[in-house]
Amino acid sequence: MTLHMPPILTYALRRLIQAIPVVILIMIGTFLLLKLAPGDTVDALVGDMGGADAAFIARLRAEYGLDQPIWVQLWRYMVKLASFDFGWSFVYEQPVATVLMDRLGTTLMLMAASLSIAFTAGIVLGAIAARRAYSATDNLISILGLVFYATPSFFLSLMLMLVFSVKLGWLPVGGIKTIAAFYTGWDHVWDVVRHLIMPTTALSLIYLAFYLRLMRASVMEVADLDYVRTARAKGAREGRLMTHHIMRNALLPVVTLLGLQFSTVLGGSIVVETIFTLPGLGQLAYQSVVQRDMNTLMGIIFLCAIIVVVVNFLTDLLYARLDSRIELA
Amino acid sequence: MTKTPPPVLDLCKLEISLPKGADRAFALEGLDLTINAGEIVCLVGESGSGKSLCAGAIMGLLPEPHVRVTGGAIRFMGEELRGKSDAEMRKLRGADISMIFQEPMTALNPQKTVGWQIDEVLRLHTKMTKAERKARALEMLERVHIPEPASAYNAYPHQISGGQRQRVMIAMSLVLSPKLIIADEPTTALDVTTQLQILKLIRELQEEEGAGVLFITHDFGVVAEIADKVAVLCRGELVESGTTDAVLNHPQHPYTRALIGAVPALTPPPVKAASDAPVVLKGTGLKKTFAARGGLLSGKRKAVTAVKDLTFELRQGETLGVVGESGSGKTTVSRIVTRLLECDQGSVELDGTDLLAATPKELRALRQHIQMVFQDPMASLNPRKRVVDLIAQGPIVHGADPKKAREDAKKLLELVELSPAAANRFPHEFSGGQRQRIGIARALAMEPKVIVADEPVSALDVSVQAQVLKLLAELRDRLNLSLLFVTHDLRVAAQLCDRIIVMQKGEIVEHGPTAEVFANPQHPYTQNLLSSIPGRDWTPPSLHANVA
Repeated sequence: MTLHMPPILTYALRRLIQAIPVVILIMIGTFLLLKLAPGDTVDALVGDMGGADAAFIARLRAEYGLDQPIWVQLWRYMVKLASFDFGWSFVYEQPVATVLMDRLGTTLMLMAASLSIAFTAGIVLGAIAARRAYSATDNLISILGLVFYATPSFFLSLMLMLVFSVKLGWLPVGGIKTIAAFYTGWDHVWDVVRHLIMPTTALSLIYLAFYLRLMRASVMEVADLDYVRTARAKGAREGRLMTHHIMRNALLPVVTLLGLQFSTVLGGSIVVETIFTLPGLGQLAYQSVVQRDMNTLMGIIFLCAIIVVVVNFLTDLLYARLDSRIELA
Repeated sequence: MTKTPPPVLDLCKLEISLPKGADRAFALEGLDLTINAGEIVCLVGESGSGKSLCAGAIMGLLPEPHVRVTGGAIRFMGEELRGKSDAEMRKLRGADISMIFQEPMTALNPQKTVGWQIDEVLRLHTKMTKAERKARALEMLERVHIPEPASAYNAYPHQISGGQRQRVMIAMSLVLSPKLIIADEPTTALDVTTQLQILKLIRELQEEEGAGVLFITHDFGVVAEIADKVAVLCRGELVESGTTDAVLNHPQHPYTRALIGAVPALTPPPVKAASDAPVVLKGTGLKKTFAARGGLLSGKRKAVTAVKDLTFELRQGETLGVVGESGSGKTTVSRIVTRLLECDQGSVELDGTDLLAATPKELRALRQHIQMVFQDPMASLNPRKRVVDLIAQGPIVHGADPKKAREDAKKLLELVELSPAAANRFPHEFSGGQRQRIGIARALAMEPKVIVADEPVSALDVSVQAQVLKLLAELRDRLNLSLLFVTHDLRVAAQLCDRIIVMQKGEIVEHGPTAEVFANPQHPYTQNLLSSIPGRDWTPPSLHANVA
């Protein structure tokens, strides 16, 4: 279908307006949940200092506004957030926005790479499995998919690390670039890619199984539909049926899953980033929880909420592109 | 001296085997059938008779290896098709032998434009240029009488109506002037007026092209309308074949006689004297609009009026038919009067109590008096419940003693002519007709005053349909039930209904005693409907008496 500009703009605007209350609710909910958890930034700071007297702790609390009632704190936070002011990270001694921006690139790279690989490999393998349903090939693909799906990501990560870094020495153990190597240009790019290979593999193998299973089922369902029979009756060969009639229709549910899964992949990246010491949002989230760095944590959650909203919007656009029956309204 | 050309299709002792565990070993057993150029041969049979597999065998599109041709010959233009390679068959398919399928909704790819799908046939079989192909496709769309071929060419299937989709399907199958056209129930999914147009179109194009047509159908009305020759299949065996006149008017085989005897004649019951029985169900000024999907910001929500200002009365012991084509609002009426759908305006009085104004608690009590029988007996029975529980569920919910309710359920099974021994079985263990009997028993369990039946026999084979209709009529007379009977099938309406209301676009265009409306329709829409009934000029011979 052709997308004329005005309808799509109205559609985007409507989606944006719908997203605002969602994000606000997420932020309020997270704020309150985090306040319920015992301990705050001051506790963590004082713990790091090795203890302090009550008066000093009270002064610190007053300075950070932590002595105010929770509703006042929430109101202040939300007002600042409205102007995209995420506050100050007491752990990193930097504005939260700066900390986040430093880390965002790594996480986006990891997620984009993992999801593209999982999605592409999933639909290709799923389609192959469906066309050879119940054969040895299908069984092999399905079993492998299930094995990867059932393997915990930390175990998979450690095994990859053990084989490719420790035993074979082919790939770096962790981090996003070789420290103190100061590569430039393509050398730098290659360095980053080498660092991302294992984390991406670990993350994508797990999500591969979802796309594979769904695509297999979807292709098998579509292949039985009347219009595929019609195409066959027209004299089309099997390969053409797949490329021209089955694929696009079978992709629809898989694309829906892609949008839904983006947020879980974001969660999965916490584990993988922490294991491979990748300086991304996932690792930052983990550290912020440990260090009670409330502002940074809230910033990460805000960013994730925005990313998920944007990705779902893009998925819907993609869906409308793929399915001629859907009109954006 | 000219040699007579070979027949377009010659089936000789065709045998198709079914996988182990099927209800019989062969889907087709020794089928002989000949189709000459310019001939329409109807292959008639009930579901499961093997008629669609016959089409699959000719096209080489059987779901092998489970179902495959195991004997006999399939000769197309004198050439044996069995043993041809897949590549050779692909050359024939779509070019020399083409197919028209039943469901125009699902037989076209929803993601490709109409033009693309016609174009594909030309791309696969010819070396025409893009411009030539487009010109040819547009010409075909013109020939199947699609208004504005150019805009239909660029439309997606969901953007055109069901009848137009079937025209597209026909355009697609005829674009390369095939010698043999296999039409598998091409009009079954269409409204009666559209059906007649499509039948005329197939006839017209077939006469122009001189093709042979294998027309698969279950409907003797359609046979009477279109066939030159008829072959009747019963469980894979050819029981009778001959010219249309011979088979339809002088059937020999008991099975054919039973089938034709089951076709409802278009003679409505005689007009009863104006009844003074009390009115049990009365709808006044009913109105229902559906809000179409619309944008939050776009501001325009198109409302679709399904029913506007509908008023009717149903007297005790009477059957009121609601007839109309798809989209006429007849199903909406059945949902409103049972309050399965909330109505916008109006009132439904059940025995003097307004059903639409009832509180949820009152409504639950009132529901007992008005029960529904649904169209699809498979989908409307919970597959995980035993039949006895399905029937007893209603009374138990309304406070009956469970043990007694189950006893009563078994008696009801007897009433609908099923064995009470079947009470502990699950719905899937029954045939379609038996399931519909269970649906009727379930409705009767509540001892309702009114039964609303929404297309209760349209999913059934004609012989089963006749039995279910007979059962409904008997029960109505014995229990003095009042029936609101929604149907698209005018033959069925003629057989069962005392009075009918004819609906078009949510409005009643005509109402009255069935016999009067059929004999002397006043409204142009009713006239059009009645003149579109397939085989309306053919009166099934009266065979009921001598059916074995």
